[in-house]
Amino acid sequence: MTDTTTTSTPIPAAPPPGSPASRPGSAPASAPTSFIGALEIDVRFLGMLGALAVIWVVFDILAGGTFLTARNLWNLSVQSSSIAVMSTGMVLVIVMRHIDLSVGSILGVTGMIMAVFQVGTLLPTFGFNHPAVIVLTLAAGICAGAAIGALHGFVIAYLGVPAFIVTLGGLLVWRGAAWAVAEGKTIPLVDDNFKLLGGGANGSVGEMWSWVIAVIACLAIAAAAVQARRQRQRFHFPQKPVWAEFVIVITGCLAVIAATLVVNAYTLPPVLARRYAEAAGLTVPPEGISISFGFAIPVLVALAVGIVMTFVTNRTRFGRYVFAIGGNPEAADLAGINTKRVTLAVFALMGALAAIGAAISTARLNSATNAQGTLDELYVIAAAVIGGTSLAGGSGTIAGAMLGALVMQSLQSGMVLMRVDTPYQNIVVGIVLVFAVWIDTVYRKRIK
Amino acid sequence: MNAATSPLAPGASRVSGTPMVEMRDICISFGGIRAVDDVSVDLYPGEVVGLLGHNGAGKSTLIKILAGAYRPDAGEIRIKGEKADIANPRDAKRYGIETIYQTLALADNVDAAANLFLGRELMTPWGTLDDVAMEAATREVMGRLNPNFRKFKEPVRGLSGGQRQSVAIARAIHFNAKILIMDEPTAALGPQETAQVAELIKQLKAEGIAIFLISHDIHDVFDLADRVSVMKNGKLVGTARTSDVTKDEVLGMIILGKSPPGALAGPGAATD
Ligand SMILES: Nc1ncnc2c1ncn2[C@@H]1O[C@H](COP(=O)(O)OP(=O)(O)OP(=O)(O)O)[C@@H](O)[C@H]1O
Ligand SMILES: [Mg+2]
Repeated sequence: MTDTTTTSTPIPAAPPPGSPASRPGSAPASAPTSFIGALEIDVRFLGMLGALAVIWVVFDILAGGTFLTARNLWNLSVQSSSIAVMSTGMVLVIVMRHIDLSVGSILGVTGMIMAVFQVGTLLPTFGFNHPAVIVLTLAAGICAGAAIGALHGFVIAYLGVPAFIVTLGGLLVWRGAAWAVAEGKTIPLVDDNFKLLGGGANGSVGEMWSWVIAVIACLAIAAAAVQARRQRQRFHFPQKPVWAEFVIVITGCLAVIAATLVVNAYTLPPVLARRYAEAAGLTVPPEGISISFGFAIPVLVALAVGIVMTFVTNRTRFGRYVFAIGGNPEAADLAGINTKRVTLAVFALMGALAAIGAAISTARLNSATNAQGTLDELYVIAAAVIGGTSLAGGSGTIAGAMLGALVMQSLQSGMVLMRVDTPYQNIVVGIVLVFAVWIDTVYRKRIK
Repeated sequence: MNAATSPLAPGASRVSGTPMVEMRDICISFGGIRAVDDVSVDLYPGEVVGLLGHNGAGKSTLIKILAGAYRPDAGEIRIKGEKADIANPRDAKRYGIETIYQTLALADNVDAAANLFLGRELMTPWGTLDDVAMEAATREVMGRLNPNFRKFKEPVRGLSGGQRQSVAIARAIHFNAKILIMDEPTAALGPQETAQVAELIKQLKAEGIAIFLISHDIHDVFDLADRVSVMKNGKLVGTARTSDVTKDEVLGMIILGKSPPGALAGPGAATD
């Protein structure tokens, strides 16, 4: 659509006498001013990690040591998945200076659509546990979510109705639609493959595969660092100091290993483990057998979505346009970007991600209800904002939002562990949301 | 008036008969305000035409119509003698029209390279953004425009006004423009960078690029422009070759709207 021929117009190489023209690329590396500066990591991301650590330690103390257990952290990871998936889309929506209040309702309606389609159409056609069932269930849900999102995007971009209003309307419309799909009935899900998306003992990959994934992740982290360095070397650009690369790669690998150790430390209860092993035809030694959960499938889905979305935001034209539009919509327009089409695509993507969130949460509960996802929009927006996405538009990261999802879920699980009633939990979540936006406002004023 | 036979056409030694750009009888209003009212200007290859006028005269609005940012209510645009339909900035770029906007039109939250290539990113064979190649090209073009520029990795929000202006100029000249629109390109630049931009304009002109230059500095305009067109309250006061009029006469056009004998009077010329 745009041409990329860039034979540049020659420019007079006429620096006035006295100022030697520097050869491109010969620019001296600006001396790193600090340890963190040299690492080139986002200070906010570090701050968030710190906040998460504080939350975890405080809850562990308040809940008498029940928070920082392998079991609770594993559950936390599963519970965060759905919100984390949706928060990656919310980042792009908010970066473009919009908002989507309808994600919880889209989750509800797409969950119902998937359940009704699976039970009513796919099972009779293909039979029990046929592999086509999960594929078509997901395809139907994601298409429905994308279509709903695209409809919102169309009204926002082409008819000029503010996103706040369109998605506030959507919040009611799709919640009502979720009821209408099955007249308020709860639809149980029966496909065993689909249920794997919800986690649980069968929905985890086990110890060995968790280590395989960990090793691949560590290799990928190292390879990414090497690749980035090579690219910059090719053009003789200033480089990060080598020690900084090592610090980052080693920290990343340690984090992966720590997470793997935690999920592998969560084991099936002895009775279940024995039954499971016997079913698999293993001989059980008299002292019992230990079977680890390992990474849960919904967590892996969320991480995969995070990686894909990070790629989309950083490495594709679409992602670049989303940020440019968020930074200066007029400039993006004048640069020839079709801002309306990008807006529509962002909302469609948000809808598709809400459907993935719906697949995870209906699979986890083994059924779809018309109330599913109620208030999720608040958690998703809070996750994005806590994760450093500015409501002023133009800035935010996928990784930050996913970490924000973990923060929100930690707060909620911690309160559940402490037996805080739901209404009080909501009070806390509401306050945290406002507080996070206030912090963001203060932070942005300071750096101006 | 037919520009091809206009007495104001630049010397036959340098130009062919057809102008690169003709904007004829252009009108546009915002609400009740007629921002541009029946204005006709033209521009030949290798020519610099200065657009002059008070604040709010309608200069930026006129060139934004050529750049595809606004659609005119009436009038037509011809490129190389053929009627051009410029519905959006992409169309304008397809005609080889590049623009340095008065507002610079930079996305503040991304770096210089991202702004330079905004809308025409360089891609790797795998269809991903080739950020290193874009940074390399940016370093090269900026190295010549503003050799002291170092902040390649920073969002342009963190740049000085002059540095931002350099980025906007770099963007306009990097893509083989045939028609260049410069809306106050040196407003934020220091004397050294301003001199460099003047050099640049002379070189681009020598290459046959046609340039509309908007500036409030009448001395600069007289140094660089072959002709000037003056606007007042959205109307064209007149067009004159810089060799046929004095600076005082042009000031009279700007301030009083009086078209001197050396100029071709437009519809906005004061009648006394
Ligand atoms: N988008 C718009 N909406 C409404 N009015 C506008 C718009 N753009 C320009 N105008 C009006 O049109 C008139 C001409 O503005 P324009 O920006 O073209 O002036 P200018 O000659 O470039 O002035 P300056 O020298 O200050 O840059 C002004 O009265 C301005 O208020
Ligand atoms: Mg102007």
